[in-house]
Amino acid sequence: MNGAQALIESLKREQVEQIFGYAGATICPAADALKDTPEIAYTLVRTEQNAGHMASGYARVSGKVGVCMVTSGPGATNLITGIATAYMDSIPIVAITGQVPSHLLGRDIFQEVDITGAVAPFSKHSYLVKHVNDIPRIVREAFHIASTGRPGPVLIDIPIDIQQAQLKKFEWPETVNIRGYKPSVKGNDLQIKRVAATIAKAKQPLICAGGGVWLADAREELLELAERAHIPVVKTMMGISLMPTDHPLNMGMIGAHGNHCANQALAKSDLLIMVGTRAADRAITSPDEIQRRMATIHIDVDPAEIGKNMQAAVPLVGNVKVILRQLLDLDIPVSDSADWLAKLRDYRKAELGRVFPQRPGSVFPGTAVRRLGAKLDDDAVVCVDVGQNQIFTCKYLPQKHGRLLTSGGLGTMGYALPAAIGAKTALPDRQTIVVCGDGSFQMSMNELAAIKAGNLDIKILLFRNHTLGLVHQIQQTPPYHGPFGVDLDGSPDFETIASAYGIPTITVTEEDQLDESIDHFLAHKGCCLMICQVHPSVSTTD
Amino acid sequence: MKQTISVLVENQAGVLNRITGLFSRRAFNIESLAVGVTDDPTVSRITIIVDSGNNMVEQVEKQLNKLIEVIKVRTLEETNLIGRELMILKVNANNKTRQDIMTICEIMGAKVDDISPTSMTLELSAEPDRLDTFQAMMRPFSILEVARTGVIAVQKGGGKI
Ligand SMILES: Cc1ncc(C[n+]2csc(CCOP(=O)(O)OP(=O)(O)O)c2C)c(N)n1
Ligand SMILES: [Mg+2]
Repeated sequence: MNGAQALIESLKREQVEQIFGYAGATICPAADALKDTPEIAYTLVRTEQNAGHMASGYARVSGKVGVCMVTSGPGATNLITGIATAYMDSIPIVAITGQVPSHLLGRDIFQEVDITGAVAPFSKHSYLVKHVNDIPRIVREAFHIASTGRPGPVLIDIPIDIQQAQLKKFEWPETVNIRGYKPSVKGNDLQIKRVAATIAKAKQPLICAGGGVWLADAREELLELAERAHIPVVKTMMGISLMPTDHPLNMGMIGAHGNHCANQALAKSDLLIMVGTRAADRAITSPDEIQRRMATIHIDVDPAEIGKNMQAAVPLVGNVKVILRQLLDLDIPVSDSADWLAKLRDYRKAELGRVFPQRPGSVFPGTAVRRLGAKLDDDAVVCVDVGQNQIFTCKYLPQKHGRLLTSGGLGTMGYALPAAIGAKTALPDRQTIVVCGDGSFQMSMNELAAIKAGNLDIKILLFRNHTLGLVHQIQQTPPYHGPFGVDLDGSPDFETIASAYGIPTITVTEEDQLDESIDHFLAHKGCCLMICQVHPSVSTTD
Repeated sequence: MKQTISVLVENQAGVLNRITGLFSRRAFNIESLAVGVTDDPTVSRITIIVDSGNNMVEQVEKQLNKLIEVIKVRTLEETNLIGRELMILKVNANNKTRQDIMTICEIMGAKVDDISPTSMTLELSAEPDRLDTFQAMMRPFSILEVARTGVIAVQKGGGKI
C-alpha cells in the first residue's frame, strides 16, 4: 500500500462518500487510488475555489465533514478563498493538497507554494505530511479537529513522493489523543444555575441565535427553551433558518441589514441570551451600548469568542446542544414577558405586512423572494449569494423548516451556486434553490458544467440589475460621490449561457408574471434559470 | 502593563510560526519572546512578554489556547515569578577604561567572557531592568554590540504549569 492508497483508505474509514476536486500533477497518485474506490464519488469543479464552497455546502446540510482535493501551487492558491470562507463561518471541511517532492521543498520549484503557511491565519489547523506512516493518524486527527469544538477547515498538504512511498503497515488509530486539543463539552453547573436565575428575573428577555446552533445541531433545544420560557428569538444571518417565519416567537434577523423588529427587540431587551453567535460587527453594531444597557448571557463552544467583541455577564462555554439540554433539565422558569411579546409582535406584523415599491418593467427583489418562499417545499435548501440579493432574501424570504445557506462571515461573492451543488449532492431529494445577483453569478457560472455533469436539479433565481448593486448603493451615499466601476457592462445574455449547458430560462419583467413564472420554474424537472429584471436604483432600504 | 505569558507547546517545526503569526494577525504586540525545549524533549516552553491591558492578555491567552499544538498557557503573576534574561555586551576598552568597566561589572555581577586590546565582552544574567541599568552604565564607554535573549520565567514555589 502506498501513501495515496493509505490516504483514500483513511477517508473511507472516516465514512467519506464524496470529494470535490480538481486534477493536477502532484495529486495524481491520490487520483489514481481514488479511481479504484467506487465508495467515494468525485465531482470535478471548474475552479478550485468552488471545491471549497461545494465541500462547505455539503457539510452544512449533511452534518458531515466536507472534503476537497486539489493540486499544488495554483490549485492550492485558488482554493484559499474557499478555505477562508469556511473558516469565517466555522464550517467543517478537510482540504487535501498535493505538494512538490519533499526533498525539493523550499526551492521554489514548479508549482510549489507554501500552502500550510498561506492558510495559517484562516484555517483551524494544517498538516504538512513528512512520513508516509503518519497518514492514517493525520487524517484521523484532521477530521476530529475539523468537526469537534468550534468546527473549521483543516488542510493536509501531501508531497507527491510521500503519496508514492510504501507504508510499513496501515494502522488506523482507534482514538484521537491530541494533548493540546480538548474542547469543552459540558457547561459549568453553577453557571447554568445562574443562567436560569437570571432568566427568571428578566422582564424583556431575548435570545439571539447564530450559526453555532446549526453547527451543534441544537435547533430543537433552542426552540424548546424559547417556547418553554416564553422568550422571543432574533437571529444573525448565520442562524436565519432556525425558526419558521410564522413562529410566534420569531422576531427576525438582527444587524446592520437586518429586520426592523429584530433590531428594536435588541435595543429594548433587558436580558440578551446569545447562543452560538460571536456578536460580530455586522450583527451587533454597538456592543458597548448593549453591554451598558442590558444583562448578557453568552453560550458558545469557543471560549475565545466570549469577551472578544462583548463582555458577557454570564459566560457559558461548551457544546451548545449539551448546554441547552442542561438548562432545560433544570426547570427553567417561565419569564413574565407577555407585555414585551405583545409589543414585539406588533412590530413584527407591521414588517411582515410591509408593502414594497413597484416599478413597471421590473421586479422588486423583496416581492420576488416573498412569492418564491410561499411556494417552496417545507424543507427546501436555499443558497443565497452576496449583495442586495442576499439582504433581500435574508430579510424577506419566508422560512419554513429548511435551510438558508450564505457566506456570512466573509461575504464571498460566488458562494451560492457551488454551495448549492454541494448541498444537492449531499441531499439529492431536497429542493435546492440558488438566489444570486448578476455580478455574483458571473463569479461562479462556470459551475453550470458541474450541474450538467451531475444532472442536478438546482433552481437558480438571478436578480439582473446590471450592476454590483450593493456597492452601487454604498457609492450613492456620502462620503462617496456616485457609482464607479460597478456597471456590469459586457455581461453576457444569461439565457444564451444557460442554453449552452442545456438549461432553460424563464425571464420575468413584470410582477404580475411572478406567480405563474415561479410555478413553471419550480415544476421544471432539472436545472432551470429564472431571471428577474431588477431596477438598478433599487436599494435595500426601499 | 507588562505581562509574562508562559506557553508549553509541542516541540515541532512550524509551531513558532503559528504563534508569532497569531500575534501579528490579532495586533498583539510582542515585547520579547524566548523559546527552549523543556525536560520533556517533545515539549518546548515559550516565554512571551506583552505590554497591554488585562482584556488583551485574556484574549491572547484564549487565542493561544486555540492553537492545536499549544498544550498549556499561563499568565504568570508579576509578584510571584522568577524572570531572567541573558545579555552579552561588547564594549570599547583600553588601558585607561578597563578598570572602570571592571568595577561596574563587579557591582552588577557581570562576567568577563573575552578581552582584547581594544574591547571587552561581558555577560550578565539578571532581571531585564538590571540589564537596562548595566547597559546604560556601559554606554559612556561606547558599546560595540549587544545581544539579549529575551526573558525566560517560571513561577516561584513548588507548583508547575
Ligand atoms: C469576492 C467578492 N468581491 C467583492 C465583493 C464586494 N461586493 C459585495 S456585494 C457586491 C455586489 C454584488 O453584486 P451582484 O452579485 O450583482 O448582487 P446585487 O447587489 O446587485 O444584488 C460586491 C462587489 C465581495 N463581497 N466578494
Ligand atoms: Mg447585480
